Amino acid sequence: MKNKFSLFVVVIFLSFCFVIFYKGLNTSNNYIPKVNEKKNIPTFKAKDFDSDNYINSDKIFEENIFYIVNIWASWCVPCRTEHPLLMQLSKNESIKLIGLNYRDNFNNAKNFIDDFGNPYSRILIDKDGTLGVEFGAYGVPETFLIDKNKDIIKKFVGPINQEIVNEIRLIIK
Amino acid sequence: MLANQIGYYSLILGLLLSVLLCGVSIKDFKNTHKQINQNVLSLSFLQLVFVIVSFLSLIISFINSDFSNETVFNNSHTTKPLFYKISGTWGNHEGSLLLWLLVLTLFIFLFLIKSREQPKKYRILTLLFQQIIIIGFFLFVLITSNPFNYLFPIPNEGLGLNPILQDPALAIHPPILYLGYVGTSIIFSSSLAAVTQNYVSKQWGQHIKKWVLVSWIFLTIGIMLGSIWAYYELGWGGFWFWDPVENVSLMPWLTLTALLHCIVVLETRAALTSWVVILSITTFTLSMCGTFLVRSGILNSVHTFANDPARGIFILIFLFALIVLSLGIFFIFHKENNKSSNNFFWLSKETSILINNWFMMYFLSVVLIGTVYPIFLDVISSEKISVGPPFYQKLIVPFLIPFLLFMSLGPRLKWIKSKIENKNSIIITFIISVMLTFFIIKNLTTELLFYTVLISAAFFLFFTTLKELFIKRFNNISQTVSHFGFSLLILSILFNNILSSEIITNIKIGERYDYNKGEIFFKKIEERKESNFNSIIASFEIKDKNGKTIELKPEIRIYNQPVIITSEADIRTTLLEDKFLVMNLVKGNEYFNIRYQIKPFMVWIWISVLLLSFGGLMSLFKKKYEK
Repeated sequence: MKNKFSLFVVVIFLSFCFVIFYKGLNTSNNYIPKVNEKKNIPTFKAKDFDSDNYINSDKIFEENIFYIVNIWASWCVPCRTEHPLLMQLSKNESIKLIGLNYRDNFNNAKNFIDDFGNPYSRILIDKDGTLGVEFGAYGVPETFLIDKNKDIIKKFVGPINQEIVNEIRLIIK
Repeated sequence: MLANQIGYYSLILGLLLSVLLCGVSIKDFKNTHKQINQNVLSLSFLQLVFVIVSFLSLIISFINSDFSNETVFNNSHTTKPLFYKISGTWGNHEGSLLLWLLVLTLFIFLFLIKSREQPKKYRILTLLFQQIIIIGFFLFVLITSNPFNYLFPIPNEGLGLNPILQDPALAIHPPILYLGYVGTSIIFSSSLAAVTQNYVSKQWGQHIKKWVLVSWIFLTIGIMLGSIWAYYELGWGGFWFWDPVENVSLMPWLTLTALLHCIVVLETRAALTSWVVILSITTFTLSMCGTFLVRSGILNSVHTFANDPARGIFILIFLFALIVLSLGIFFIFHKENNKSSNNFFWLSKETSILINNWFMMYFLSVVLIGTVYPIFLDVISSEKISVGPPFYQKLIVPFLIPFLLFMSLGPRLKWIKSKIENKNSIIITFIISVMLTFFIIKNLTTELLFYTVLISAAFFLFFTTLKELFIKRFNNISQTVSHFGFSLLILSILFNNILSSEIITNIKIGERYDYNKGEIFFKKIEERKESNFNSIIASFEIKDKNGKTIELKPEIRIYNQPVIITSEADIRTTLLEDKFLVMNLVKGNEYFNIRYQIKPFMVWIWISVLLLSFGGLMSLFKKKYEK
């Protein structure tokens, strides 16, 4: 009796696995994430790069201007190519850049900023990458444009280029 | 051309022989003779020969760059060095399946030769079950992945082999791994045969243990070779990424290790019969499941050679047919032996081995869930998640602490009923381990408590086994060597993790970069042309804090067929640490991005895995010098 019951359970479980694998074969395995546009910025608490204190997100985005959140890391090669463009953007008065230092070594990140310049008005430390996930990021670098209503209105995956910079300029005008 | 034909027809002949073998052996099964009919043995040998011929002809097609063969066309190129032309044979889906077949037929033939003193019916049934697997793979190869597909018109040039697969470690990784991976099939077949014949006994345990050991040794070394390859070729300086592909090789390893331990209980105490059979079935099922996962394209990886759903469906159906068959046999034929023999005294070798098995099953379920759950979730809710190293580390690493402690104490226990001897020496060893650990790592890490406990546990095992090696000499030396190797492995991995440091920077030729412990000087670059790639070889001088200078030459290779840029790390290995330098191009820039890593005790990771498998090897040849 006991044996029959366990046989039954095993058979049910196996059929379930079979169906799942069978369906899994036919679904595409390319990862196409949904683009999270028009989404409120998450509320979070993060460590500040310079002061080592924790800051609340509403404190970070308190001014009534546009913000850019840029996810970067010193180990990320494409981040280096987009860096001059971020420097260029940072000269714009009507926008502030927030850097999200993603899964990085503090010293390496510091050297990176010292070597290439600091476009960010504030850098937050995302040691374990959870903050990036909150924002809906799926890689480094990634750039989010946040409007005055504190909505994420644009998301750029990968390094930004001149076209994107122009687009951002147009939006924040 | 000719080789192509020969290869194809020997495959078909091999399949026909399978059917013939089944017929002859069923007839022989009813026969009352004591020994197996000699014809069965000859047929099995003939089948092996046909598969070898087929495999050799594929190799010849590769050597001759015969592009009328589709497999060769897809995976080779005339400018490739001979060595990689040959290794390209199994560096692709079709060829590697041929290797599967080769190992399957080789193992059943060896089994028939080596099992003469076993009961005849058991041997024949093993042969039959193995032939079912073999027929399945013959059909799979011939129907969905024929390595001898003909191309017309004949292309002038092939498409080339993925450059990251053009590597000596990777050339031998598949054959070695397969010997272990596919070798588990013989354990599967023979345990099913033993169940049907109600032969799961001490004698069977002693006999099958050798096969478990052989598979285990090859699987261990095969996994290590893959890991070494990932270490220097993928350019990240890691050696284990918890990639699904690595996981599917680790899962059978875990069950095989569990099996290796409880087969000892079977051969000495005739207990745990059901468990041994279940583990044997599970091990091979996991091997098949691994093949399904990486070959069907359900997971993406370097081992996914082609995305053809037909292949996936074939393996899937075959896999589940085998599972259903084995479970059916298990439920119908298996008779639990007298229950009392499975009741163990709490402090005994049997219990300690059971504890080992529980841990193995726990580790297995973590790896299994981490690998398969994303697929389930995707199908059920079309939500994509990716399970990374933190998941595995958080679930596995803390449990290593009790695991290591039990591993130190368990082997000291005796069968049936035991008591802990030499309590004082155990306590002293433990205190020494804790103190040693504390002094070594007190300034190294922030998670002091956790690491102290973890590393102490590893040191505890290290010292206990070391003591055993010196004092007790030949008392179960193979097991002690393996356990010693394991403690060394854990220690090397942990210290490697804690003490590794890296510097990443952009640098141009002639520039110096000062880091707090030394200096990196970018001397020059030179360009070189090889038959299958062009390379940029940089030369760096690295001075450490003691003023000692070493020169490292990382390389960037631009392969011509297919055009892929790879970074080759330059690694300076010493007994204490590896110095690892890899560089990348920065687009449109005179700067190169370099990553310099100092990785302590790297070489000890490989040495300890070798020790681990060496212990297995000693156990295989045990009887000759022990006791």
